[in-house]
Amino acid sequence: MKTFKRSYWSLPYVIFMAVFVVLPLVMVLLYAFRDGAGHFTFDNFVKFFQTKEDLNTFLYSIEIALITTVLCLLLGYPAAWILSNPKLNRSAVTVMLFILPMWINMLIRTLATVALFDFSRIPLGEGALLFGMVYNFLPFMIYPIYNTLNKMDRSYAEAAQDLGASPVKVFLKVTVPLSMPGVWSGILMVFMPTISTFAVAELLTMNKVKLFGTTIQENINNGMWNYGAALALIMLVIIGLTTLLSDSGKEVEDETGGLI
Amino acid sequence: MKKFFAQAYLWLLLLLLYSPILIIAIFSFTEAKVLGNWTGFSLDLYRNLFEGGVSNAMLRSVENTLTIGILAAILSTILGSIAAIGIHNLKGRTRQAVTFVNDIPMLNPDIITGISLFLLFVGLGVTQGYTTVLLAHVTFCTPYVVLSVMPKLQQMNPNIYEAALDLGATPSQALWKVIVPQIKPGMISGFILAFTLSIDDFAVTLFTKGNQGLETLSTFIYADARKGGLTPELRPLMTVVFLVVLILLAVINIRTMKSNKNKK
Repeated sequence: MKTFKRSYWSLPYVIFMAVFVVLPLVMVLLYAFRDGAGHFTFDNFVKFFQTKEDLNTFLYSIEIALITTVLCLLLGYPAAWILSNPKLNRSAVTVMLFILPMWINMLIRTLATVALFDFSRIPLGEGALLFGMVYNFLPFMIYPIYNTLNKMDRSYAEAAQDLGASPVKVFLKVTVPLSMPGVWSGILMVFMPTISTFAVAELLTMNKVKLFGTTIQENINNGMWNYGAALALIMLVIIGLTTLLSDSGKEVEDETGGLI
Repeated sequence: MKKFFAQAYLWLLLLLLYSPILIIAIFSFTEAKVLGNWTGFSLDLYRNLFEGGVSNAMLRSVENTLTIGILAAILSTILGSIAAIGIHNLKGRTRQAVTFVNDIPMLNPDIITGISLFLLFVGLGVTQGYTTVLLAHVTFCTPYVVLSVMPKLQQMNPNIYEAALDLGATPSQALWKVIVPQIKPGMISGFILAFTLSIDDFAVTLFTKGNQGLETLSTFIYADARKGGLTPELRPLMTVVFLVVLILLAVINIRTMKSNKNKK
């Protein structure tokens, strides 16, 4: 009886979430499938496939997100591996230094990158965009991989070594496969925010390059709510698909928990 | 030798990660209008910042950021702690459903959270401003409070609450004297986390701030950067914000590490 009653304590929050989490997503759906007059329509989606500029921005954003993810993986995996290897790194402070930038305002980090490029007299453009993206999201790749590697049972690698595998072989055949859950969650944590960023690209390229997030923002700002909602829905679908894909790539939730 | 290369790689990456912030911090100690121009050491920008030599709009944006951050942290800590106690006592499907919805704001990209709330407010005909920004911040902060408080409830011995009731405490006494002290560390971590998330937010604020001229630090910086060239006083300001966030995060992490050690 008592426990029954105490579960009611979640009610205020359930109501709050119904209004501020669920209802807003329903609104996105409603706006996406309606025209300005409120009639049901698929026009917003048809418009997206017919507007060459938006479609191109969409594809270009996916391309940038993919490149960023690959670069982060190439730079981040060795770092995560070194951080988790007790022979090469013992300091918890170094680990913390890698994680802290995740929590610094993205805008401040982006403007700092712009400042760095100005300071080095390197012109802004696609190079700056990729640098800024990698700089912004690298910690999100390192952290989950580091977590998996850290939790990994080292005796597997030792056993492989004892059985005569070369260090390279141990790494490729034991360490890498065992770290795959972390790699998947890192890919997810880099790809998803990269594809949905806005404002970052314009600042890094002096408005030369536009990403899909900006297209959505501009439409919403210019009062094209229905079309903007449809674009947001398309982004949600892409993100949902990515999550499903990496879920089948292995349990993700565990790797992102722990130390914030 | 191997260790040397490994360490060198780590520090090179760290240099890459921190160099932009370092540049801003270094050039906050010189007066030059254009960043990258060193015109000698000076604390003038800091003096302007703290003695009101900067535009009113900028000061007001800092004020808004702080008050929204504190209010959002207080509200989401209260809402989230109560919710956590409730969810802790939920079972089966209902619990799964509530936890799932609780995860949505954390998984959703900022832009989706922002747009969906924007559409909610315009759909309901609500004028957007301070209150809508605050509500939006509570929306994306509370899930993190719930997640900070839940583990403390799980560690708690459920019998001590019952024991307090058996010994004659009223339910509200048992709550204040037994449950709250037990989950307090989680509430404090959740509060700091919520505050950090709130002052860090840009995207959600941008969509929910309306057009009545409300700016937080992030949106002010964004508008300033779009106009071309940053106001020099933003350099010391960003440096201070960076330091504050670093210290807050170091505090949370040390707390987590300590409580993990205690568990062991």
